[in-house]
Amino acid sequence: MLEQAERSGPAGELTSPAGAGSHPRKASTLGVRLRRDWQLLLMVVPAIGLLLLFHYVPLLGNVIAFQDYSPYVGIKDSPWVGLANFQWLLIDESFWQATLNTLLITAFQLVFYFPVPIALAILLDSVVSRRLRMLIQNIVYLPHFFSWVLVVTLFQQMFGGAGLLAQTLRANGYQGVDIMTNPDTFLILVTAETVWKDAGWGMIIFLAALAAIDQNLYEASAVDGASRWRRLWHITLPGLRPVVVLLLILRLGDALNVGFEQFFLQRDAVGRDAAEVLDTFVYWRTMLTGEWSYGAAAGLVKGLVGLILILVANKVAHRFGEQGIYKRS
Amino acid sequence: MNAWEEKPSKLGRLAKGTILTAIAAGVLFPLYMVVLTSLSTQEAVARAGGLVTVPGELSLGAYRELFSGGVVSRAAMVSVGITVVGTLLSVTVTALAAYGLSRPGSVLHRPLLFLVLLTFLFSPGIIPKYLLVSSIGLIDSYWALILPGAVAAFNLVVMRAFFMSIPHEVMDSARIDGASEFTVLRRIVLPMSKGVTAVIAMLYAVGYWNNFFDAVLYLNDNAKWPLQMVLRQYVLQGQSMFVGQGGDTTIAGRALPPDLAIKMSIVVVALLPVLLVYPFVQKHFTKGVIIGAVKG
Repeated sequence: MLEQAERSGPAGELTSPAGAGSHPRKASTLGVRLRRDWQLLLMVVPAIGLLLLFHYVPLLGNVIAFQDYSPYVGIKDSPWVGLANFQWLLIDESFWQATLNTLLITAFQLVFYFPVPIALAILLDSVVSRRLRMLIQNIVYLPHFFSWVLVVTLFQQMFGGAGLLAQTLRANGYQGVDIMTNPDTFLILVTAETVWKDAGWGMIIFLAALAAIDQNLYEASAVDGASRWRRLWHITLPGLRPVVVLLLILRLGDALNVGFEQFFLQRDAVGRDAAEVLDTFVYWRTMLTGEWSYGAAAGLVKGLVGLILILVANKVAHRFGEQGIYKRS
Repeated sequence: MNAWEEKPSKLGRLAKGTILTAIAAGVLFPLYMVVLTSLSTQEAVARAGGLVTVPGELSLGAYRELFSGGVVSRAAMVSVGITVVGTLLSVTVTALAAYGLSRPGSVLHRPLLFLVLLTFLFSPGIIPKYLLVSSIGLIDSYWALILPGAVAAFNLVVMRAFFMSIPHEVMDSARIDGASEFTVLRRIVLPMSKGVTAVIAMLYAVGYWNNFFDAVLYLNDNAKWPLQMVLRQYVLQGQSMFVGQGGDTTIAGRALPPDLAIKMSIVVVALLPVLLVYPFVQKHFTKGVIIGAVKG
């Protein structure tokens, strides 16, 4: 998406050779251009250095997936085992359970989280008072900036065994409940947490899309006698469709990523059967049981499948999105 | 409200008002309770049987206990230090690179930009990243919480998009007057980009302040824990902060504030900086700094 945006960016770097006014691209030698641009290059060095060191160099570390790696021996001297780790993965039930959980959570959130920011944006957009709208906006953005530790802690204080809900139930003579440790309702719990934390922030992009809808359409259809609901159905929703389709596709491309900390924090309380996702699987296998190569293999599989999903999603998005999000940019 | 719009029905307005109030309360009520409980006395907490919803007797005891030294004071210092140093470093490095990449056609512009954008597509994985951090000797170093995430490609792209939207004539005239690129960035471009810089700085700062998992991975020494780790250990997992005191309600003759109030005050300390910074930056969100950049 971003690469595409780059190409169609305001400077039109591909189309006009003159590009930005200050740099007429004459057939100048590298020496001349270097003398002209060395300061710019120098400015990029720290960022590129950090990205190379912490994003690109670690990629090489994935070779331990093909080894029987031991931290005491090191990468150089650890024995090579070919694809053995991947073969073990294929018949490892806990790996498949983690995969299943990850996909279940993605699917559940697609149904019960994804529409919430859209609904919220439509609701807020219909509020007439500007000040009230701003106030609500600022309130619902806020939890996005809280850490997962904080969010899970707040939920625990509300719905945990010693939380407000249990406390109120007990005070009224009922039995207390502990939603925070119940594997059966875990899907609902994590989705509720995600909604509380991020639905407000996720609304931003839909608010922008709503603002871009031609207001004359509303007026014209109102004059023609279309009711509020009909205008919502025939103007608002079609107006949002390109953004919705694009985000939906991108979310599917990201299906294996459900967020790490949220599950890391709750895995032990809820139990592995419900709360182990691919990321936590990788972490526990390596950091706690010391099966470095096995965990790295699982991580590599997840990474490669995820990369393929993203590339496919981007392809599809370009097909759908071209007259959608890019046109407006 | 436009003239052609029909007047909303009473019922509709009531429904909308109810929903909006419920949403706002859903966000604010938990925060209110946490703050109130952290300020309550032993009796008030005992009477409520847990979290306090109705204000009773108030006391600053929990906060006095927290900041009388010990685990939380130290963790708060660590978090503040990492956030300040990390944010300064990140904003500097990001702004430099965003400016350096803002001129299409400059030497190596396209491959360097590609290198940045490519990081959107993959992450190296937890294990290889851990191996790298440990191989360059950063385990148990505070730099392990700063350097690996110091440059976020997203923030770089947002800033670059903003810099590119500044009219070139402004910068060109300074350059003709003999200003170096660094001077142009510092004296002309940055002052014109206060909004976007504030948003980027906040995104980085919040990232550092909330950073939790890097500490799990890279810090074995719990004396170095940042606040989020302390929050998890003592509040989420409910370990007592006064291990070895055997449930005594006094330490060295001092009466302790209620356990729950202490826990809630840790929560408040963890969320306070976000609440303090938020109002100053929040107006830039609505100005669409981020949306503008996301849309390309």
